[in-house]
Amino acid sequence: MKKDRTPSLLLAALVALLILGLVLPEWRFLGTLAIGKGLTVLGLLLLLRTGLVSFGQGLYYCLGAYAAGTLGQFWGTTDALLLLVVAGLAAGLAAAILGILLAAYRGIFFSMLSLALSMILYGLLVKSAALGSTDGFNLPAPTLFGLPLVSHDSRYPLFVLACVLGVAAALAMHYYFRTPLGRLSPAIRDNEIRVEYLGASVRAAVHVKYVIAGILAGVGGALTGMTVGHIDPEMAYWTTSGEFVFVAILSGTGSVAAPFLGSFIFELVRTFAYEYSPNSWQLALGTAMLLIIVFLPAGLWSLVQRRRA
Amino acid sequence: MSHLLEARNLDKRFGAVTAAADISVTVAPDSVIGLIGTNGAGKTTFVNMVTGYLKPDKGRIYFEGRDITALHPRQVTRLGICRSFQIPQLYNSLSAYDNLIVALGIVLRNAKPAPWARAPRLVPGHDLPLADAAEALLERFDLGEFRDKPAGVLPEGVRKLLDIAMALANKPRVLLLDEPTSGVSSEEKFAIMDRVMSAVRAEGAAVLFVEHDMDIVARYAGRVLAFYEGRILADGAPDVVLADPQVREYVIGGQAEPKEVSHA
Ligand SMILES: Nc1ncnc2c1ncn2[C@@H]1O[C@H](COP(=O)(O)OP(=O)(O)OP(=O)(O)O)[C@@H](O)[C@H]1O
Ligand SMILES: [Mg+2]
Repeated sequence: MKKDRTPSLLLAALVALLILGLVLPEWRFLGTLAIGKGLTVLGLLLLLRTGLVSFGQGLYYCLGAYAAGTLGQFWGTTDALLLLVVAGLAAGLAAAILGILLAAYRGIFFSMLSLALSMILYGLLVKSAALGSTDGFNLPAPTLFGLPLVSHDSRYPLFVLACVLGVAAALAMHYYFRTPLGRLSPAIRDNEIRVEYLGASVRAAVHVKYVIAGILAGVGGALTGMTVGHIDPEMAYWTTSGEFVFVAILSGTGSVAAPFLGSFIFELVRTFAYEYSPNSWQLALGTAMLLIIVFLPAGLWSLVQRRRA
Repeated sequence: MSHLLEARNLDKRFGAVTAAADISVTVAPDSVIGLIGTNGAGKTTFVNMVTGYLKPDKGRIYFEGRDITALHPRQVTRLGICRSFQIPQLYNSLSAYDNLIVALGIVLRNAKPAPWARAPRLVPGHDLPLADAAEALLERFDLGEFRDKPAGVLPEGVRKLLDIAMALANKPRVLLLDEPTSGVSSEEKFAIMDRVMSAVRAEGAAVLFVEHDMDIVARYAGRVLAFYEGRILADGAPDVVLADPQVREYVIGGQAEPKEVSHA
């Protein structure tokens, strides 16, 4: 039996990130943002390993952000932990309800139905004047146990919270894949009939996984909202969901750390490409994707894996 | 009720094709039954109906006196009616070992008294921790050398064995094997059946196996069911059934129509 090195590597990565964030303050914003999106992509990794592609994770990403946002905006709640929990609960509840429908679908139908549902939320938010319509609204600066997480001269506390959250989620997902329920993911992807013929309900398992992915997206959306300080309906727009799928493919599904690495590189490429050619940065991203699909079909993570092998 | 399994008057049609017509079978515990019949005779359809994959148009199926006709494959499986497939149904991207881990993991999960409860430490029926139970199954089918190979690249005979090993995860009371030796060279057939039967006998399950090779049937079956166009042409001891002139003519030998049977 090979020794499981992932937990210790993840913890080492956490320490490294905290040190890097300390010495490189200008990277904190990008790092926190990448973790917010990475959480959403981690949920997508779970679905992808189950053989499902959701083109609608923006739904839960946006819902989580709006749940946290409304709590902050209208009730004055700024406690980050509370906001994140509420965001996860709201997204998880929505996924539990919509999952009743979605768990019956596979392939392109699952993808398109999830996309359609996210566009419904987008449409509703655009029409809601109280929530700022297409402009969305600003979030108050988050705090933790009364202490500010973001101030004009430091984003370090929020960055720390994000890192802890990201590593905890990756670790939890890693262990989840070793439980009998977690192991049903590749089993469902490979052969649903055999899963049923072993005494498990494919539909129930898909439903649970869909809810987990929804919770992760909700927490990710809320974290992103806190980082940026602003949320708007674009978060539920189909291009946002498409971006998550894009990043998931770019990252590869080889490791629970891949979504975070992929998200970081994606944000990096986008930031720089946007800076150097504001009108054609999509061209740079498209080219990057093309190169990865051709040369690294298992995603960016295969670079890390090849090194370790 | 001394029958373990009973099928009563099963009918199944696919459009113009009659896949089952008034099939009635009772299965006693510990029996080993060979299912024979030409291609399209309805053997797999029978297995599919018993395991809940297909609903019969008419008729009922009972397990230990309980009506299981409306149950899904997962529910039938949990009751202890398990099957292997004509075309092995495996998790092709997973290793042989991981295939069994998935299978036994499901058994472990189903043994939880509630979804939030802790799973028992030992796999029920196997009385071993998950990893050991998987190793034991590999061992029992002599699959050790294929342990870490993805199921998708294994030779057909090995895939058949793995498929049967998966069917044993739930500690079956009734085991239905759909052509366990097909796709395997005739020299290998007996070796495979020996392995399967010794692995399966240890379980004390009733075994129904679909087989085209009459030498295998004669050697391993204690009873033979001969299918022809969805009907059971003969049911009895192997020497009697295999010597039956109708069976010889329409099941073993030719493909023509039996005399005494009308086709409405
Ligand atoms: N799902 C289905 N839809 C339509 N027709 C079917 C279906 N399943 C079986 N049939 C038809 O029912 C008849 C019986 O098929 P079945 O698979 O039970 O035969 P079999 O005895 O297992 O044959 P073989 O030895 O070739 O496996 C065949 O004519 C087959 O084409
Ligand atoms: Mg068949």
